[in-house]
Amino acid sequence: MVIECKHVWNYISDYLDDSLPAETRELVQRHLEHCEICSAILDSTRNIVVLTGDDRVFELPIGFSERLLRRLAKEIGTGSSMPRENPAD
Amino acid sequence: MITSILAGDTEQYHELIRPYERSVYKMALSFMKDDSDAEDVAQEAFLKAFRKLADFRGQAKFSTWLISITLNEARGRLRRQGLVRMESLDETPEEGSHISPALLRDWREIPSEALERKEVRQMLEEAIGNLSPLYREVVLLRDVEEFSIEETAVALAITTGNVKVRLHRARMMMQKELAPRLKNVSQRRRWFQW
Ligand SMILES: [Zn+2]
Repeated sequence: MVIECKHVWNYISDYLDDSLPAETRELVQRHLEHCEICSAILDSTRNIVVLTGDDRVFELPIGFSERLLRRLAKEIGTGSSMPRENPAD
Repeated sequence: MITSILAGDTEQYHELIRPYERSVYKMALSFMKDDSDAEDVAQEAFLKAFRKLADFRGQAKFSTWLISITLNEARGRLRRQGLVRMESLDETPEEGSHISPALLRDWREIPSEALERKEVRQMLEEAIGNLSPLYREVVLLRDVEEFSIEETAVALAITTGNVKVRLHRARMMMQKELAPRLKNVSQRRRWFQW
């Protein structure tokens, strides 16, 4: 059995998550072996998923942790021994 | 640790949540877009989690529970700001038109070092931010936070089947928007020259 490109596109996400049934996975794999377009779509999607998961995306702003600690201290009394950055506030 | 915090040792709370600061902030930022709003949502979420800590029974992972609280906080904030249509009025993700990916003949791998460049990080942050909330949530949980399909389903209170469908559509939208742009970036400069 042969499947068309647009059917392969429907399986890309599940293929990356390795959650396709064995027969479907094999059909997709066989298609990918000879179709450079679907292979490029798969590779670019996988690449984008990997980049999306990188810690450098949505970095914590500088001072986030300190400001959080001050807010917690103020509202629930955690870390009350922490020096306040601005004792006047 | 949770037991002793509940018993009154509140100072340990910051220790407990420290490993999750980044996750909670990212979740908030992807919804709020504005850095200071996001930080405020993150702080509120940590405060809420503290007040609800007694309800946490270890039925889910702590991270999943915390992320759910953040998600609700961000959704609530957007709703109050009137920026978001109610989900039921949103397009039903399980139906609707087919999303075609960007067609390419080849793909040259973009290494993670490319993220040292602000321009590239921004492209990714924008692409996630441009997704509608239904899709943004699954991408964040699954691909940013690297939750499993099951954990994502629990956090969003939807079925694993729904997670897979939304995730597929979201990833295709990301590919469609990002692949052509990232390809241009990689053609302009060779990675190893930085
Ligand atoms: Zn094909």
